[in-house]
Parts: sequence; structure tokens; C-alpha cells
Amino acid sequence: MISILKALWTVFMHLFRRKVTVLYPEERPHIPPRWRGRIILSRDPDGGERCVACYLCAAACPVDCISLQAAEDEYGRRYPEFFRINFSRCIFCGYCEEACPTYAIQLTTDFEMSEYNRQNLVYEKEDLLISGTGKCPGYNFYKVAGLSIKGKRKGEGENELPPVDVKGLMP
Amino acid sequence: MDKLEGKTVTVYIEGKPCQVKAEQNMLEACLSLGMDLPYFCWHPAMHSVGACRQCAVKQFKDENDKKGKIVMSCMTQAAEGMRISIKDPEAVKFRAGVIEWLMLNHPHDCPVCDEGGECHLQDMTVMTGHTYRRTRFKKRTHKNQYLGPFINHEMNRCIQCYRCVRFYNHYAGGRDFGVFGAHDNVYFGRHEDGVLESEFSGNLVEVCPTGVFTDRVFKKCYTRKWDLQTAPSICVHCSMGCNIIPGERYGNLRRIRNRYNGEVNGYFICDRGRYGFEFANSPGRIREPYLASGDVSSLAVEGPDGKNKKILAEGEVLPYLKTVIGGAKGIIGIGSPRASLEANYLLRKLAGPGNFCSGFSEAESGLMREMISILSGGPVRTPSLREAAMSDAVLVLGQDVPNTAPMLGLALRQAVRQKPMDRVLRELKIPHWNDYAVRDAMQEERGPLFMASVTGGRLDDIAAGVFHAAPDDIARIGFRVAQALSPNAPRAEGPFSAEALSFADRVAKGLKEAKRPLVVSGTGMGSLALLQAAANIAWALWEGNRNAALSLVAQECNSVGLALLGGTGINDAVRAVEEKRADTVIILENDVFDRLDLPGAEALLRARQVIVLDFLPTHTVNGLPKNHMVSVAGAAVVLPSAPFAEGSGTLVSSEGRAQRFYKVFSAGRAEESWRWLRDLMVDLGMPGSEALFSPDEVLSAMEREFPAMRGIVEAAPASDFRIDGMKVPRQPKRYSGRTAIRAAMDVHEPKPAEDADSPLSFSMEGYDGQPPSPLISRFWAPGWNSVQSVNKFQSEVGGPLRGGDPGRRLIEPSKVKQASYFTDIPGPFAPRGNEFFVVPLYHVFGSEKLSALSPGIGERVPSPYIALNTEDAKSKALSQGEEVRIDFGVVSFRLPVELDPLMPRGAAGFPFGLPGLHGVVLPAWGRISVPGAGAGGQAVE
Amino acid sequence: MNQTLKHLLIVFGVLGVMMSIAAGLIWVERRLLGFWQDRYGPNRVGPMGVLQPLADVIKILAKEDWVPPFADKPVFILAPAIIVITVLLSFAVVPFTPGIAIANLNIGVLYFLAMSSLGVYSVALAGWSSGNKYSLIGALRASAQMISYEVFMGLSLMGVVMLAGSFNLHEIVEAQRGLWFIVPQFLGFVVFLIAGVAETHRLPFDLPEAESELVAGFHSEYSGMKFGLFFVGEYLGITLISALITTFFFGGWLGPLLPPVVWFFIKTFLFVGFFILLRAALPRPRYDQLIRIGWKLMLPLALLNIVVTGGIILAAR
Repeated sequence: MISILKALWTVFMHLFRRKVTVLYPEERPHIPPRWRGRIILSRDPDGGERCVACYLCAAACPVDCISLQAAEDEYGRRYPEFFRINFSRCIFCGYCEEACPTYAIQLTTDFEMSEYNRQNLVYEKEDLLISGTGKCPGYNFYKVAGLSIKGKRKGEGENELPPVDVKGLMP
Repeated sequence: MDKLEGKTVTVYIEGKPCQVKAEQNMLEACLSLGMDLPYFCWHPAMHSVGACRQCAVKQFKDENDKKGKIVMSCMTQAAEGMRISIKDPEAVKFRAGVIEWLMLNHPHDCPVCDEGGECHLQDMTVMTGHTYRRTRFKKRTHKNQYLGPFINHEMNRCIQCYRCVRFYNHYAGGRDFGVFGAHDNVYFGRHEDGVLESEFSGNLVEVCPTGVFTDRVFKKCYTRKWDLQTAPSICVHCSMGCNIIPGERYGNLRRIRNRYNGEVNGYFICDRGRYGFEFANSPGRIREPYLASGDVSSLAVEGPDGKNKKILAEGEVLPYLKTVIGGAKGIIGIGSPRASLEANYLLRKLAGPGNFCSGFSEAESGLMREMISILSGGPVRTPSLREAAMSDAVLVLGQDVPNTAPMLGLALRQAVRQKPMDRVLRELKIPHWNDYAVRDAMQEERGPLFMASVTGGRLDDIAAGVFHAAPDDIARIGFRVAQALSPNAPRAEGPFSAEALSFADRVAKGLKEAKRPLVVSGTGMGSLALLQAAANIAWALWEGNRNAALSLVAQECNSVGLALLGGTGINDAVRAVEEKRADTVIILENDVFDRLDLPGAEALLRARQVIVLDFLPTHTVNGLPKNHMVSVAGAAVVLPSAPFAEGSGTLVSSEGRAQRFYKVFSAGRAEESWRWLRDLMVDLGMPGSEALFSPDEVLSAMEREFPAMRGIVEAAPASDFRIDGMKVPRQPKRYSGRTAIRAAMDVHEPKPAEDADSPLSFSMEGYDGQPPSPLISRFWAPGWNSVQSVNKFQSEVGGPLRGGDPGRRLIEPSKVKQASYFTDIPGPFAPRGNEFFVVPLYHVFGSEKLSALSPGIGERVPSPYIALNTEDAKSKALSQGEEVRIDFGVVSFRLPVELDPLMPRGAAGFPFGLPGLHGVVLPAWGRISVPGAGAGGQAVE
Repeated sequence: MNQTLKHLLIVFGVLGVMMSIAAGLIWVERRLLGFWQDRYGPNRVGPMGVLQPLADVIKILAKEDWVPPFADKPVFILAPAIIVITVLLSFAVVPFTPGIAIANLNIGVLYFLAMSSLGVYSVALAGWSSGNKYSLIGALRASAQMISYEVFMGLSLMGVVMLAGSFNLHEIVEAQRGLWFIVPQFLGFVVFLIAGVAETHRLPFDLPEAESELVAGFHSEYSGMKFGLFFVGEYLGITLISALITTFFFGGWLGPLLPPVVWFFIKTFLFVGFFILLRAALPRPRYDQLIRIGWKLMLPLALLNIVVTGGIILAAR
């Protein structure tokens, strides 16, 4: 009984406390760098698209709002022919970023994406691709994966020996 | 040891007693019991070599043995009271160690690897728990090779399991592939860059446990396994009825994978089946109903070929057809051996039984009728492909098996191993699964396979005897063999060469000694005598050996089904049009230029109204352009029908097995032919047409009407079949992008398509366990993402799928006491000097029309030629590559000469079905001449 | 004529004021809850957010007015109206000032009790007609709860009636000129307050709704203005109970200096605030606890109150 009255009194006294609400549009909140906001596609340090169209982000997406199609340039480098995120479905869970093996897909601190027309929330690759590396500035997937692309032949990766001469007779 | 067959023993796994088959090894036993045990080099079709050391388990002496020893389960025969442990910590550590070694040089490029997501190496790595590469050293790398249009090579990913060589060389008989190098530099590839010759090279994609060999066609439009919408389907590129899984994404057919059917194709399919699907994506596809000519005042839209077309809108098609057909004086329906049974049946219903023409060529029509009567009227059974592979003596009579029925060819390659394998088991006690030991013990020994054919073929290298002659002479040899086998068989009189006689004797001896002899022939040579000779041999064998089998190869995917429906010959159809008994022709997925001589086709298409249902612009649809000898107008009305992946239906294979294929996806306005015909029948108010609403109703109506079709409804579950009230999903559980695929067009998502015709749904919702075998849309099991998960779907490893393999055999032998032999023995082949007997020569890539339109297969299609015996050519002073004119009377061609020493004298070989070579029905007599200046001959196209 | 006009004026005046109060309470409650939770509450629509109810009404009217296909349609539509009607009818006997009251009934107390009993129908029928298991459970809970608490709600007022010697609310207020009944009838006040909270199924006694377990209970299936009516009914209920507490125990319009109507509304709004404070501060009891408190604690207390009050009155005579 006393505890109920105490509870009532305590809650009543909150009337005179400082409010914790940040009055957002007038007052800008602090956004931590690991905020999960608008999704972007980043580029390699050398400017190539980081996305290799492996489909893992699409598979990880719990609301299935990512779709893409893999394509390959003449040297064997994979890239997405199209890459579409339907932000009207996106729940900003960040699973795509977690799933991405090349740090291509990243969530940013931008959250002000409201639109009057839902159709405008469908972002294509042109809308997603940025010109920098975003997080993980030094990483280049093809330097560590054993696939040859333009400017990196077999055996020229960071962790690779030159290709074996199969017809060699040395033991 | 052969006494072990069928016996079960009790083994103790983790101390628990389990019943396993005595002839199995412990890996097979564990997998059959549903346990997870990692492996690489073992393959259920190619068995054990004990090379990868991945399937190590602990074996204990007895229950008191706590120490045990590590053994390779794939090399350990199951024995009564054997005790093993999979979970033993030492064995677990051992297996994790093995994976770690295998991964030392693996490039870790899964994101850009096409195997990713269905990779056995990924699965096994996860299963053993290896997560981190500890070594400090650099990775060994290899250069890749160009291996042709089908296979992509990425050698860095190799883990040296040797499965590729074992499949390509040992199992499929390839000769241009091998293993090179030594120690840790082992390299799998060709001696130099170049196209892989074998027609089974595509199976390397599924055999390779990782991404060394990946699908080059699929790579162009790559999609992960989990994103493909799939449904069970049947290959339409030959009559074997191999089970396949086509996969679709974004409205395009993306790839074909093998669908295990223990009785039919097992673990493999040929490259024609795997890569032939691209015709369904071709830009020339007919996707809308249109009028090409007729009484339309304005044919406004100009087609890509410059012809005027009028696209018919949604509501216009049926009313227009109703007026056309309502005003017709008589209808002729021309069926097709590449259309489903349902479509042919409804066409027969629409046109009336008397006006339904089967759509075979006149000769093939007779051949198919004979084939059905031999198989269902005679006492000998037609074997499934699995049974064919178990035969221990084979005679191939006149049929070019590797080119017309590649999977039967592969089965025959296994059949030659049966006899020596039996000997090895009997004498050396080496079980069949111990693959390298068996091969070492066998060396070059092979069972009897006899090839009697017009010219050399790809099975000749493993044949015990080869005989090349004209079709009639081959048939005569056949009758001679039958005569040697049974006194009841008719006597083949007349002159035989000494070579022929000795061949016949050897064949007769080989077949007679065998436990499971098999005779193979077919309609490929267009010779009735060949079919009858093959039947006589089989029946003669049957008198002494009830296990004898007879396999007859039909030409197309539904030839046998169509033959069961009957129908008049195509010449009758032409006559009906010429005599004005009918003025409207409905052609179902057929190109009459393949079935008729040029004048016949021309006469048929001159009917007042030609309505064609097809998905590709054939000559029947478009007519022949002006620069041909004759100019023929094509169809007046064209309706877009659905190719195999966009429709459902039933096909009957050469074995007589009725199998259902299911719609993988719907695209545009293309509809299954049977649905067009049904809608038309309903519109015309034909009695009974309302009762043909679903495929189930069509099939049961067919079953009631044709006794030969009894049981066809059991080929697959009915459309109202549900598991726990749920449909079977076409999309995998992890299907991605549902809310984004169509978002660019409209952010509001439509309701998923519904399928009233089948127990399958067009979504990922539904029953997620294992469906009945005819409804298996994909092979996947928890922890087994690769195709190896098929182990989990089988009642035992390598055995039938759970609940029985899909399909229902419609043709069984009759229970006669005495076969009634054919007595119509042809006389010896007599060359005619200036005229040549032109026989069709088949090419696995090219002779089948649909697959030849696929760009990948197209690269492998040979250029047209005319094959002549070297001596014949010499006598006419023709040299290799010289252009000659071959005149069939109705049509003539200019083709380069191909010298072939094995070709019989007086006969010429004409590549069957290559693009441009149509307008003549083979075999036929043709006059060969050297085109002089100004000679009027004209090559068709 | 003049008399009729005056009556009509009072009737429509009371109706208008009550409806405005109910709407205004939406904003008041949300602001107060906000403050008590260290937030601001709605402060964007109009000055201080006072136009929030207007925005809410626009929103709620623009929503799809959905009747589920499995619902019993006529009952489903009728149910929300019942609660608003019964509560509004109860206001007929509330004496705002000596002059402003719609009806001066001799049996005002009984009339109020009767009306509040009828209110149960709204909830019960809404839950039943929704054709939804959660709604039905909500409705059953509501029926049990309201019937139980009605018993001693009536009993708790008997002390007041005995002291005033009348069922007429005017006379009850007049009887408090010397001493508000809160002093002699403190026990009655406590019981009536608790019963009032339960009767309006407000937190902490909102078990019929209990969004965390019954997904809003009896009004799960309601949307649009039908849902809005439940809302309005609830706020009217709060106002009614507060007004009656004022009337029965706090001397109604009585007070110095200020005009009677102001006093009435000051007192009433204090209790409205208290209701909101209850919601902000107290957790919901379990259902069995609720019923046990009702029958095993409240009922004996109410009876004790009657016996003691009666005894004292008899003794005083």
C-alpha cells in the first residue's frame, strides 16, 4: 500500500524533471559512426566497384529488399549489373553489411530519407554507389582472393606464389 | 563375396546397433543411415578410392576396445559386429586436420565463385569445423585453361580429389582430359587449351566438389542456387526422359541441373540436356499471338523479319479463332513428338480422331507403330537406363546411340564393365565399390559390346566387335544372329560376307553367355528391318534367358507417347488438304519441313488457314523466303505456346516411362498448347470440353480413352495433392529479393502467382521437408547445400529416391509363351552406281533442333557436309572438302565432301537436322554430281 | 418556453462540454504521461500541441473503417455506440452547480449505477461480435471485472447516502456544506475510487484490453471512428467518475470565493489528473489478483463501512 503511494509520488515528481527528449529538427542529435542508416555501395582504394555481386547481402536480408544481377567484365572481374534496394521495405538491420565479404555494402549515418512517393524509395545502383571507400579504407578484395582481374594476373595477389609450370620436371 | 548381395549385417555406430547392407562400405552405410560424414573423393556413382582421407572414423576391435584405430570408412567393408565411431574426438580432429591441409592453397574466393552456396567443399569445411587458415606461407597458384563453351576452369580452387578425371576418363570414356604434374602441383585439365570433346563434360560441374569446373553458360547470367525458382522437369532433347531441374530468375531460364532418378539418369545428364535450354531465352521466341496473313484489313505492326503482323490483344484471340474454325470446311490437326501428351490429346479431341495426324514423317510413323507393337506385343522387356548399365553383354544394331541417346551411351560404357567386375568380385574378392582396385584388376578387360552401325561411332573404342554396313545389311546380320540364337527364328538366307558371318557368330556367342544381355536399336536409321531384326534377336535370346532386354531408341522426347495416341500418317493430311477435304490445318509445335518433302510441306501449308502453336519461329511459322527453290507462305495465325520450362505436361520416354514436367515460371502470354486448345474447345462449345479443365482431368480422360495409357495419372501426384495441407514450394527457403525484384516497375508488390495445375506453389511458402519424388524441385538438406545432398533423398545411397523413383512405366511386355518372329528379311544392299543411298548421320550437338538454337551448343554444331566412302569418292574423283551437289529430286544441296573410310560403299551420310538441311526425309536415294559452272542447283539457305 | 430553452441549452451545453473535455483529455493525458516519463508528449500540432486531438480525429476519420468478414456486423457496429451513450446519459444526473444539471432525480445514485451497468454491454458485445479469440477473452474479463466491482461500488456509496439521507445528488452535495464526506466516509471514498478505476477499465485495471497479452482485447478488430468511439467513451468515463467522486465526497460545487462551476471543474480535473497518474505509475495486476482484491478485500471493506456508518448514525440518533 505504502509502496503504491510512493510510486505515485515518485512518478508525480517527474513532472519537474529535465526532459530527455531531443527536439530533433531544431536540435541535431549526435549520430555515432556505426549508426545503421542509408545503405551505400563503396569502391576499392583504386576506384573499382567493391561489390562482386555475390548475392550474400540479398540472402541475408530478412525483408528480401535487395535484388541484383551479377555480371562480369572481359577480364573476369565481377560486378552487379543492377543493384536495387527497396528502402520502403528496408528495416536497417545491417545484416547485409555483416554478410558482405568485400566491405562493399555499408550503412551510413544518414537517416533523413523520407519521401512523399513510395516509389522514390527504390534506389538503384547509381543512387547507391559512392566514390570513396567508406569504412575499411585500405581493403581490396581482389588483392587477397585468388582470381585474376585486369591488372592482377594469376599469382600476383598478396598471398600468392607465381603460377606453377605444370610441365616442369623439377621434383 | 557375391553371396553378400542382399544380406544385411549389424554394425555398431557410436555403440548403437544398425542394420546395413553387407556389400556396402561403411561410408555408404553411414550416409544411408542418414548420418553426416564428410567425404570428397568418394562419389556414389564412381565409388571409393580412399584418396582424400576425409571420411576417417574410429574402428574398435570389440566393445572393450577403448583405443581403436582410425580407418577410412569408404575403404572399410561392413561386417557383422563391426564397431565404429564417427564422433570419436581423435577422428573428429583427424578430419578437421585433413580439411585444413586441403584448404592451404584454396584461394578463398567464394564470393566470386559460382560454386558458392552449393559447394561440397564449403559444406564439408563447415561440417568439420575448420574456420581459420593458420599457415603463414603463400598459396600455390595455377593458370586456367579455355575448355570450350560449356565449362569454366579455375584451377586454384582444386583440392585434388581426382573426381573429375575419374568421371571424365574412367566413367564417361573421355580421352582429352587428364591429370598433370606431381606432388603438390597436381593439375587437372587438357594437355592444351581447347574444347572438351566429351558430351558429358557438363557433369564436371556437379562432380567437382568445389569451383574448379563451373558452368560457363550459367556464368553469363549467374545466380545463386538459393535464388533460383525451380521445378521438376524432363529433358526434351532426346527420348531418354532424363530428369532435370531447370532454374529461373528474373523471368529467364538460367540453367539446367541433373535431377536424380535412380532408374533413369542417375547422377548425370549429357551436355545437350544441360546446355540445350537456351533456345527458351532466344530473342526470336514467339511471345504473342499474332496474325501473319488472312482477311485482316490492316496488319499494322511490322515484325522484325519485315513481314506484316497484327498482334492479337487478350480478348481477340479466341473469338478470331472461333470464326476461323467455325467457318472451316474441315480441320486437320498435326501433332508433334516434341509436344506434351496433353497437348496432342486435346488436338486430337479438337480435330477429331480421324483428322488427327501424329506429325511424324510417314516413315517414322510406321516405325513408331512397329516399335510400340514390338515392345508391348513381344515378350521382352524394355530396360530402364539403370538396368541397361547393369547389362553384361550388349549388341547395338544400327542406332548411333552416343549421338541420339547420349545417356544410353553412357549406360553402355558402364555395361562393358559388368562382366569383368563380376569376375574380379568372384575371383579376387574385390567388392565393386573399391574402384581403383577393381580397375587395376580389370586392366583393359571389357565385357562384350558389339556395334553394328553404318559408320564409326564413339562407342567403337570399347566395343568387342564392330561391323559397318548399310542399314539393310545390318538388319540381315541381326536376323542371322537371331537365327544362331534360336532354332525358332527365321533363317536369313542369301549371301553373307565371311566377315559378317564371323561377326554374327561372335555376337550370338557373346549374348548367349551373358546373364543380362541387351539389344539396342532404334528408329534413327529409318529402317523397319532394323527394328524387326533387333526384336528377333531379343526374342530369340528370351527363349533361353528371361533376363534379356530390348532397348529401342525413339527420336524425340515424346515420340513414344505420341505413338501411343495413334493418328494418321502425315501424307494423309497432305492428301486431305490437296483434295479439299480440309481447309484448315492446326499445327502443334511441329515444323512440317522436317516431316515432309518440300512439295508435301508446300501443299500442306497451302491450306486456307494454317494455325500454328509454337514457341520458336520455325519455317512452318514463317514460311520459306523467296530465295528458295519454292516460296511458301507460313502460318496465318500463330499462338505462342510454352516451352518445357514454362509449361507442364507429360512425356513418355523410349523406355515407355511416363513422366511429368512442371512449369518453372510463367512468362508473358505464352501458354501451354493444351490450354490454348482447351480454351478453343470451350469457346467452340465442344461437348465434354468443360470437363478438361485441369491436367488431371485431361490425363484421366486420356486414360479412359486409351487402354495403353493405363496408370499415366500415377506418374505424379494430382494437382490437389498437399502435404499437411501445404503445397511444395518452387522457391528455396532462402529465396531473396522478393520485395525488390519488381520494385523498379512498381513499389507495390503484386500477389504471388497461383498454380491451380500442380501441387507446387510459385513462392517460398509451403512444405519444407522432402516431397514425393516426382515433386522434388531441388536437392538440399540441412548442412548439405551442394548436389551431394541427394544422398539424403535416397532410400539408400545410390538407390531409388524415397518412395520410389519418379515416373510410371506404360509399356510392359506381353505374357506370350512364344514370340512371333518377323520373317520379312531384306535382301543385301545393292549400290546403284550413280545414285547413293543417303542415310542420316547424327550429331549430339546439332541433330536436335531445339538445343541447336542455344548459343552454347551452337558453337559445337558441325558445319554441313556429305560423307562418302573413300573408295566411292576416289572413283568419282572427289577429294576431301570438295563441294558437290546432292540432288534428291525434290530438293538439292551443295555440300563439301567428307571422306569416311568406314562408310559402306554406295551409301552416303547426311548430317541430320543441321540448320538449313531440311525438305527431304531420310533415308532416300540421292544423285551426287560435281556442280559445274552454271548448273542450276541451289543449296537450301 | 424560456424554461424549455434553458433546459435545451443545458442539455446541449453539457453534451458539448463533455465531448470537448473527452477530446481535450486525449491531449492532456498524452502530455501528462509524457511529462511523467521525462518526455514532452505531443507538442507539434498547434501551440503546445493542443490541436493534437484535431489531428487525431482527422487521422481516425481518414482510416479505413474495416468490418472483419467474420464479425457479427450489426452488433459489431452497435457496440462502440453503447458505451458513449451510457456514459453520456449518466451525466444527466451530475449536478455541476445548483443551477446547471440536466435532471434532478430523486434516485440519482441508482440511475448512475444502472447506467454504468449498461456500459458493460458495450465491451461484452464488442468482444463477442469481433469473432476473435483475444477479443472474446477481453470481453469475458471485462464482464467479470465490471460486474464484480459494481457490487461494492454501489455499497461504497451507501455510507454517503445514509449520511445525506437521500439518493438525490443535489441533496448529497448540499449535505456536505459543513463537512465534505471524504472525512466521515474515507473508507467509502477509497473503495469507490478503486471501483471507479475498475469500472472504467483504466490502468492499472485495464485487463480487458491488456495490449501485451490480449492485443487490445475487445477492440482488437476495431478501426477508424468505431475505435474512436471506444476512446471517447473511455475519456468520458474518466470524467464521469471524477465528477462523481467530486460530488459524493468532495462537496461538489461547494467552495469559497470562486463560482461554483469553477470549483466543480477544479475538483474534477484533479481526479482526472490522478487517474492519469495512476496509469503512469502503477503496473497492471494479474487477473486473479484483481478479482481477489474485489471480492476478498473491497467487498468486506464496503460492508464494514456500511455497518460502522449505520451504527454511528443510529447511535447518534
